[in-house]
Amino acid sequence: MSIDVRVKRGLKLNLKGEAEKILVDAPISKTIAVQPPNFHSIVPKMVVKEGAKLKAGDELFFSKYSDKTRFVSPVSGTVKEIVRGEKRRILQIVISPDKEQEFKEYPTMDPLKTDAQKVKDHVFSSGLGALIMQRPYDILANGEDTPKAIFVSAVDTAPLSASQEFILKNKMNFFQTGINVLTKLTSGKVHLGVDKDSTGEIRNVQNVELITVKGPHPAGNVGVQIHKVNPINQGERVWTIRPEDVAIIGELFETGKFNAERTVAVVGNAAKETKYFKTIIGAEVKSILSEEPENTRIISGNVLSGQKIDYNNYINYHANELTLIPEGNQYRMFGWIPFTYNNIHSMSKTSLSWLFPNRKYDVNTNLNGEERALVVTGEMEEVMPMDIYPMQLIKACMAGDIEKMESLGIYEVIPEDFALIDYTNTSKIEAQDIIRQGLDLMITEVG
Amino acid sequence: MNWIRQKLDQIKEPFQPGNKFEKYAPAVNALDTFLFVPDHTTKKGAHIRDAVDLKRTMITVVLALIPALIFGMWNTGYQYYSQTGEEFGFMDAFIHGAWKIVPMIVVSYGVGLALEFAFAIMRGHEVNEGYLVTGLLIPMIMPVDIPLWMVALSVIFAVLIGKEAFGGTGMNILNPALTARAFAFFAYPTYMSGNEVWVSEAANVDGVSGETILGSLAAGKDAITEMGLSSAHMFTGMIPGSISETSTLCILAGALLIVLTKVADWRIIVGGVVGAAAMGLLLNALPSLGVDGNALTNFAWYNHLIVGGFAFGIVFMATDPVSAAQTMKGKWIYGILIGLIAILIRTLNPAYPEGIMLSILLMNVFAPTIDHYIVEANVKRRKKRMQTQTVKTA
Repeated sequence: MSIDVRVKRGLKLNLKGEAEKILVDAPISKTIAVQPPNFHSIVPKMVVKEGAKLKAGDELFFSKYSDKTRFVSPVSGTVKEIVRGEKRRILQIVISPDKEQEFKEYPTMDPLKTDAQKVKDHVFSSGLGALIMQRPYDILANGEDTPKAIFVSAVDTAPLSASQEFILKNKMNFFQTGINVLTKLTSGKVHLGVDKDSTGEIRNVQNVELITVKGPHPAGNVGVQIHKVNPINQGERVWTIRPEDVAIIGELFETGKFNAERTVAVVGNAAKETKYFKTIIGAEVKSILSEEPENTRIISGNVLSGQKIDYNNYINYHANELTLIPEGNQYRMFGWIPFTYNNIHSMSKTSLSWLFPNRKYDVNTNLNGEERALVVTGEMEEVMPMDIYPMQLIKACMAGDIEKMESLGIYEVIPEDFALIDYTNTSKIEAQDIIRQGLDLMITEVG
Repeated sequence: MNWIRQKLDQIKEPFQPGNKFEKYAPAVNALDTFLFVPDHTTKKGAHIRDAVDLKRTMITVVLALIPALIFGMWNTGYQYYSQTGEEFGFMDAFIHGAWKIVPMIVVSYGVGLALEFAFAIMRGHEVNEGYLVTGLLIPMIMPVDIPLWMVALSVIFAVLIGKEAFGGTGMNILNPALTARAFAFFAYPTYMSGNEVWVSEAANVDGVSGETILGSLAAGKDAITEMGLSSAHMFTGMIPGSISETSTLCILAGALLIVLTKVADWRIIVGGVVGAAAMGLLLNALPSLGVDGNALTNFAWYNHLIVGGFAFGIVFMATDPVSAAQTMKGKWIYGILIGLIAILIRTLNPAYPEGIMLSILLMNVFAPTIDHYIVEANVKRRKKRMQTQTVKTA
């Protein structure tokens, strides 16, 4: 039996530079990095020092506030450098991989036949906790909690996002085992969101409650699916995991190896080769893009909620996309005249771009205006499919009014749910950033 | 285009951070953004952005106002010449109106923008484009012969007390343009009401009557037959009144533009028309209920929709997103109530033969309350969900 989730309010954004469904091996990254800032609000306590020899799966550090959450090395090699920033905050642990990869041997087990507590301990002690996110707050899951449900969304509706079904194609066995592991971690059900029109193998996954999703972005956002199927109330916890990470969990239970293989789709209108690359978690950007693109923004993640990174940097821990779009740092004459520049997409009818629903757009990073006071109303609701008043919630976050944030549904959202509001709103306010700050306030005040 | 850009960058140099005139940057930036969309790129959040911005939105409203404004200029001359009996052509009438109205627009923009720039510099934010609309609306809803200094004072009151006192653009409770009009209305009633102000020169030239249809109805006269006017006159707008409020036809053209572009919310407009029509029908039915009513209550309900400031108010004033209700359901309630109350004030209060201004201002004040109850329903739903959840697990 499956649950239908239909989304009407949203936006399907067609952009140039989608990835072809070809998977190639990326050259081996010269160094790789685990970056603690990728795990929001985690303060690392180091276990290894510079120069230490590691196997893939050996512990690197753990969370200062919850020693259950441990982080392991994605590769075998030598710790080359621990990069620190302001106030000695650890930014990166850079590792030079060995030529021959060695894996730490974890015990194998069949999750369905093992005691739930044992499964959970195994997940968190072997560093798999770094792959599991918690809602509310969009932070890493705490190994001491038992979530009321676990959600996995294999639908990606964000513009230029990687196809999760394509990524999982050769990993379906591990994915199934991973799902079996997840069933032991929750007191409720494991929900798997799939595209309603998909006919792939993903629909035959066992031990899950299937959610069939239809509609424009943000239908694929796991938050929308949670909201429609089993919304989060105050005090409740839900965990979410990206599909490829479910396969990593499954592989460790089957083979005993922490295999940090990561599929990264290179996309965007500034990318030369738009393909899927098989690489490793925390790989160098350089290892995938052979030369530095000029005046281009490199985004780890998708174009709406990914993070800007430098060419000499590393791909984020969880990201499945490397998006390249041109920087829009040029002036545009008389751009404010209505019905002009229709080659730039607009959801507003003050542009004629709505007349061409099938056109694929060239985008850049220009703000197309400047930040202004919040004036226009009703436009945020058009891209918010949840039963939440987005503008009121944003204002509550700006004011830091905790009681209001709670009653307006802050526990149900994370920044990515507001990405389209970032994109479409007339006043160019940074909704995702405001929500993130609101969530951080909730963490310190409510916990 | 390149040399303009270079020239502008040169001019802007002393205003850059760290330079001499850094504080005054918002003023020069405001001028720059009228020529070029700036080269700003996204810093946080989504890396790409929609082509729309506030300037585009506001300019769309200004475009929507143009038909009513042009018609208003012509109608000013038409009303004057047709009463004096002089021969006149289209251009004569238009120039007569423009001669009076253009200076009002200049004063309104001059004074208002100066204040906006001053506040932007003082508060260190960029100049908001909202005044482009407000500054044009203010002269459009004034009687044509109002002295320019009164326009200036009204603008100052509206910007200072109506907007900046509440924190600036986006924070105001009342619609600034209507605040300006209400200020003039209560401060200088002899220039803003009566039967000598609604036609150009009516106070100075004998034989020119400056009475509006609603005014004469309020005086108990049968305006339609007496003035020789029909619904067609009212719809096209060839009647006395505030400068741009008279032509329902031109207002509809503007309404079409802002509704189709979704700059204004159609719910408010439709709600307002429904509310006004309902109240009109109810009042029209009074005689059949055994109540006599007056000339205004007996005025046909459909005429109520096309006479006076109702159409202009509901299309361009009530839809101001900042002072209107902000939730979908709230917009319906807000619109309907404006319609009901506007006609109620118009017909039953002899002191105010036009009710739309007070009706919108009143609902501006209540809009946050309407929204509060709509949002509260959402909050209650969430609380209820939590309770049933706890009961289940208990």
